[in-house]
Amino acid sequence: MRIYEMTAGDIASKVRRKELSATECMEEIAERIGRVEPFVGAFLHLNLDEAMRQARAIDNLPSGERERLPLAGVPVAVKDNMATQTMPTTAASKILEGFVAPYDATVVSRLRHAGAVIVGKTNMDEFAMGSSTEHSAYQLTRNPWDQDRVPGGSSGGSAAAVAAQMVPVALGSDTGGSIRQPASYCGVTGFKPTYGRVSRYGLIAFASSLDQIGPLARNVDDASLIYEVIAGYDPLDASSLRVEKALPKATDVSWANVRIGVPKQYGSSGLDAGVQARLAEVISRLESQGASVVEVSLPHTEYAIAAYYLVAPAEASSNLSRFDGVRYGYRAPGADLLEMYENTRAQGFGEEVKRRILLGTHALSAGYYDAYYLKAQKIRTLIRQDFEQAFAAVDVILTPTTPDLAFRFGEKSQDPLQMYLSDVYTVTANLAGIPAISTPAGLAGGLPVGMQWLGPIMGEESLLHIARGFEKLWPSEGWPALGGDA
Amino acid sequence: MNSTYEVIIGLEVHVELKTQSKLFCSCSTEFGADPNTHTCPVCLGMPGVLPVLNEAAVACAVKAALALNCTVHPFSKFDRKQYFYPDLPKAYQISQYDEPLAEHGSVPIVIDGAVAKTVAVRRIHMEEDAGKLNHLGQRLGDAKGSMVDLNRAGVPLVEIVSEPDMRSADEARLYLTELRNILSYLDISDLRMEEGSMRCDANVSLRPLDYHGSLEDLPRVEIKNVNSIRNVYRGIEYEIARQAEKMGRGERIVKETRGFDDQNGRTYSQRSKEEANDYRYFPEPDLPPLVLTASYIEEAAQSLPPSSMAIRQELAEAGVTANDAEVIVADRASLVYWRSATAVFADKRQVTNWMLSDVSRLLNAYGDTFWTARVGPQALADLLALIERGTLSGRMAKEVLDRMYETGGRAEDIVQSMGVSQITDKAAIQTVVQQVVAGNPHVVQDYLSGKDKALGFLVGQVMKQTKGQAKPDMVNAILKDVMADYAKA
Repeated sequence: MRIYEMTAGDIASKVRRKELSATECMEEIAERIGRVEPFVGAFLHLNLDEAMRQARAIDNLPSGERERLPLAGVPVAVKDNMATQTMPTTAASKILEGFVAPYDATVVSRLRHAGAVIVGKTNMDEFAMGSSTEHSAYQLTRNPWDQDRVPGGSSGGSAAAVAAQMVPVALGSDTGGSIRQPASYCGVTGFKPTYGRVSRYGLIAFASSLDQIGPLARNVDDASLIYEVIAGYDPLDASSLRVEKALPKATDVSWANVRIGVPKQYGSSGLDAGVQARLAEVISRLESQGASVVEVSLPHTEYAIAAYYLVAPAEASSNLSRFDGVRYGYRAPGADLLEMYENTRAQGFGEEVKRRILLGTHALSAGYYDAYYLKAQKIRTLIRQDFEQAFAAVDVILTPTTPDLAFRFGEKSQDPLQMYLSDVYTVTANLAGIPAISTPAGLAGGLPVGMQWLGPIMGEESLLHIARGFEKLWPSEGWPALGGDA
Repeated sequence: MNSTYEVIIGLEVHVELKTQSKLFCSCSTEFGADPNTHTCPVCLGMPGVLPVLNEAAVACAVKAALALNCTVHPFSKFDRKQYFYPDLPKAYQISQYDEPLAEHGSVPIVIDGAVAKTVAVRRIHMEEDAGKLNHLGQRLGDAKGSMVDLNRAGVPLVEIVSEPDMRSADEARLYLTELRNILSYLDISDLRMEEGSMRCDANVSLRPLDYHGSLEDLPRVEIKNVNSIRNVYRGIEYEIARQAEKMGRGERIVKETRGFDDQNGRTYSQRSKEEANDYRYFPEPDLPPLVLTASYIEEAAQSLPPSSMAIRQELAEAGVTANDAEVIVADRASLVYWRSATAVFADKRQVTNWMLSDVSRLLNAYGDTFWTARVGPQALADLLALIERGTLSGRMAKEVLDRMYETGGRAEDIVQSMGVSQITDKAAIQTVVQQVVAGNPHVVQDYLSGKDKALGFLVGQVMKQTKGQAKPDMVNAILKDVMADYAKA
């Protein structure tokens, strides 16, 4: 087995035991990236020299210290909306071109302290607004399974980097599905924890009440490993939870004791036939293991997209106001202050970002607030209650992660509403704050299909346990061949 | 002024809280540092940073709310007030909008030591201060540039909003004075209007007597950026006259914001408020609601110092006049001094008199306050004890106090070194009196024949011979005795 094919867990345990040096690992990763990245375009910034230095530093640690590092020598890619002191942080926006933050995001410093090596920053839809990574101001990222197709988004770079085996694990952020949807499109595991589990300090805010950082990985164990390192209370984030995180038991799932809910509202029109067939297969396989699969009702789901596209743009319109050209980032000159503001923001932001700023500004305007923002918040409460009721009867809820498969470049970018509707299965988890994980469930027409598992608030332990159990029932399809791979 | 309208005044007062660190980050709040040296990614509004509420600021705000008789809400929340301006790094101010920290308070207006009126406080909320712009020209519009200093950005403020209950500039002045008095005992703010740690915006409108609609609907003029209580008074006086004149001419009063020019005492138009700003308030998603337990609020209430009215009562009971009491109430340092001095010297009126006349004179001369007075309460008490014992006359004591202030010496030591100690030896005074009486027979005759003024001359002669050290009331008494004997003889 090549090093780049190894899991994060294997790399870390070998590096801890000196069976593999972090330097050797990083050298092969650098070689892999050099060979594969030209076909994928996952990274906006690579800092392999710095990564090599970090790897050597880990090898040079006294063995007592190295043995305590849960991610010793593990190469990690980080989405470009998380602040890093050693590399630019642009959120794939022109307005932050060349911006280097004077601080590390809490997740980044936790990764570093755990012995991880940050290799680079991954491409994304600008400010995480989009589902295809086509809205990056800088470059396209290609789906490793089909280079004519999008990797999904907004964490498309992270998903593609993991699927292309350039890194075993990466960080993404998920506001309405931005970890799970690209994980599904790229055939990897993507995990969004409970809102507040992972500190948002240093994550460039899109929609503060929905944003959550999580891992993308090639299996559930690696996702859990990263989650264990990045989760936990952070005094720098007032919304981070002061509760202990619990990791899944190592035991096998006894499916006879698992009650799985399938929402009746989710089988609606617009579901790709291939995805639907996979879902049916998944259900029958789970039932054959003895799991009880029952229909659950989430009656307010039909309002989820509407509520999401009010709350998220409203918060975004406020969060993105700070990009005014005064203190940092891009500034376009103007005859006076107002013109400087206007030119800077007109030139610095892309179309999709401007569309959402306008939507959100309107939703918060005097006279519209009650009808839009306030009503959307009430719908959030109803959606949360839907889930609370459903989880009284089932342990986990199963849905396809997306109604469709990875689409071709340009196929949906001309129709924002079509793009928004593809978030239908993922946005409810953000609106309700619950944890959700997307795991691969084979291919349809050569393209990956993802299944989404939703758990109750703080239900990570059981959710990850079930997702890992499912992974064992569903052997991996392997990984796409790229850049001369045999 | 005429009787066709009523003056309506409401005040919004911003008070900077004296915490070590800012409201949402750990930067220092110290005033006067080099530009942008008290800043960090949070108060600079850099991407991805988050606010964390400073609990010390909450404690200060709760104290202020309770001291102003407000109901402190167990649940309040923060909101974003959004507008673009270079002194506002995030392009929104974190404030409290529809669920403020506290509501329904009051501030007494005190005249001659008694409550003449009570002004209702509508609400008190917490918010962060903005930075400062130093324009390189006259105004931002035509300036060649502006320097942004964000040291102040994020400093904790409370905004105290009164109901429109004041009916004259004088009431506004008294409200502000008493508000400052009350807050000063809490030690939560420097309350320096000239440094901006206390700022007042005054809303002034005139209600025609035949208008019975909502006061909120009257065209209101807001006077901003006034740097002293006196100037708030002047600005309101000017504004009342200006609006009255306009109304007299049948002109419409325009809702607007006006500045105050303290050179000529006039207000001037800054911007029209006809088109209301839309601040697009919405709940701050980065901060959980502020939840205060009943016991937290109760403990804060228990820890409050006595109210300003209780202090007035204490001073009145000590025999301090209402006028003198106002001076002490308005200066927490003087109250602390007064309490210390009266604890060691029983004659409280005497302490008050000396503090407000001679000690104050010296404080002014040396640029000190009662906090930094070089003659402390104990030293003053020692001096007053010498007067009481008759060692010093009042006039001598003033000289001794001057020397004490100059040198930092003790009263008794200075009395000795100056040789000014009073002659209280009856026999010694009697000897001198007998000499003076013997040497001025005509004057004695004048006195005995009813010319009272002659006594003054004789006293003067005795004082002259004793170099002013004879105790005057003893000289008087002995003179009268000796002359009575002389008349009999």
